[in-house]
Amino acid sequence: MQEIKAFLRFPQEHFSKPITYRLVKEYNLMINILRAEVAANKAGELIMDIEGSEQDIAEAIDFTAHEGIEFRILKSGITLDEERCVHCGACTSVCPSGALTLRRDDWSLVFAPEKCFACELCVKSCPVRAIVAVMHLNGTVLAG
Amino acid sequence: MSILSLKSFAEINEKIKQRRAVVVTAEEIAEIVAEKGTAQAAKEVDVVTTGTFGPMCSSGVWLNFGHSEPPIRMTKVWLNDVPAYAGVAAVDAYLGATELTESGSLEYGGAHVIEELIAGKQVKLRAISYGTDCYPRTEIATYISKEIINEAYLFNPRNAYQNYGAAANRSDRTIHTYMGTLLPNCGNVNYSTSGALSPLINDPYLRTIGIGTRIFLGGTQGYVAWHGTQHNPSRPRGENGLPFQNAASLALIGDLKQMSTQFIRAAVMEGYGVSMFVGVGIPIPILDEEMVRYAAVCNRDIYTNIYDYSVPSRSRPVLAKVSYETLQSGTVVLEGRKVPTAPLSSMKTARAIASTLKQWIADGQFLLSEPVAPLPTTASPQNLEIVGGA
Repeated sequence: MQEIKAFLRFPQEHFSKPITYRLVKEYNLMINILRAEVAANKAGELIMDIEGSEQDIAEAIDFTAHEGIEFRILKSGITLDEERCVHCGACTSVCPSGALTLRRDDWSLVFAPEKCFACELCVKSCPVRAIVAVMHLNGTVLAG
Repeated sequence: MSILSLKSFAEINEKIKQRRAVVVTAEEIAEIVAEKGTAQAAKEVDVVTTGTFGPMCSSGVWLNFGHSEPPIRMTKVWLNDVPAYAGVAAVDAYLGATELTESGSLEYGGAHVIEELIAGKQVKLRAISYGTDCYPRTEIATYISKEIINEAYLFNPRNAYQNYGAAANRSDRTIHTYMGTLLPNCGNVNYSTSGALSPLINDPYLRTIGIGTRIFLGGTQGYVAWHGTQHNPSRPRGENGLPFQNAASLALIGDLKQMSTQFIRAAVMEGYGVSMFVGVGIPIPILDEEMVRYAAVCNRDIYTNIYDYSVPSRSRPVLAKVSYETLQSGTVVLEGRKVPTAPLSSMKTARAIASTLKQWIADGQFLLSEPVAPLPTTASPQNLEIVGGA
């Protein structure tokens, strides 16, 4: 079994298609939608955890490509600018997933991307704006 | 002070010059005292260094741009579209850290301009005037950087608060405050000091810190200029002399041109506006056993109140009194529940400041200065009451 975090961007004409349903039904994937956004007249975006066999996941990726859906494997729902971060810890108190924590020995911020579920609460709580949500990178998604 | 003193400032400075001074951080002194006791520690250790790096809104920079040809008596000044106060002479201005850009965004302000100046970047200067016989120019638009302007010195009216209240939110909605994002139903607690490393925690009655004290400010040497605004040393204190709330504070001054963005950093507090992380470190001379006792204080003995920031009043209800040991553990019990805590002030950078200052002193580059005048030891700020007739 394989577990990945994925970013999917749907062109507007796909809004009515049950893509997620087909991923579950036809490719036996366990899907946990972390975040979904649909902007009027624009693309829809999804961030999801996907669990399935390697073969099923590979075939599902082929299927989305065939449907014209952008599919990227993500490390996380956010990116952390290490240069900008001052390790204050403000993000850690709003992070519900435990992905952002402060080490108690040297007080540095530790980010565990696999735990992140893209709630984005940290983005606005960061005083130095070192955290950017993957969904809001002006269309440039940083792939895994 | 002199009769019971083991050492004077002058004697300590002599040792610093000879690179014989024993300098340790405020965290290290606690271990030394625990092992050897205060009497021995006071004999062995000469200086204890402290550090803090938190958002300090009451900060800003004095600038002198130099004179253009023909010259202008600037009446209104903007730097990267952030207004600066220009009501002082022709080409002097004060840019406050929390001043916001006129673009309407809460994401950019004076602190960002200050950070860009420190980084050596070019900043857009715009100024207008009514024109006078001696200063005929009525407008100017150009670019400046720290290399080409005359003076650029931080003058921060209130920094390095001695302790500060922690914040929680008892309401049922998320609130955005200068103490960060506070989740509903006491979902988190934010605090903002470096605890036992914090400068004024290590000299609770300001015995060794006064006007003229040389300090670490923003990555370079700065000075204590005055007591800070809202300086409040008359707050209630515990047996160890430490207040449970924000008490004493300092006005600090230092040369922006020598500072580093590692120790001065613009901050945006969501929904509140702009603030600035300021790095401050103060050396505590170990004149006698009393000073070593103060400097050896541990987080378990430093207490602060947790306030309910959902009450929009100058008198917010106190929810609990907790130690920094508890706050730094990552959780606190509040109203019967375990609640996560988080600092707004970077302990990692605070440690970097204390160890940098330690290095400067150990290397003989940084001498201690005896205060030129003491800071007030009793004072309580007044509230602003609204009266009629205005």
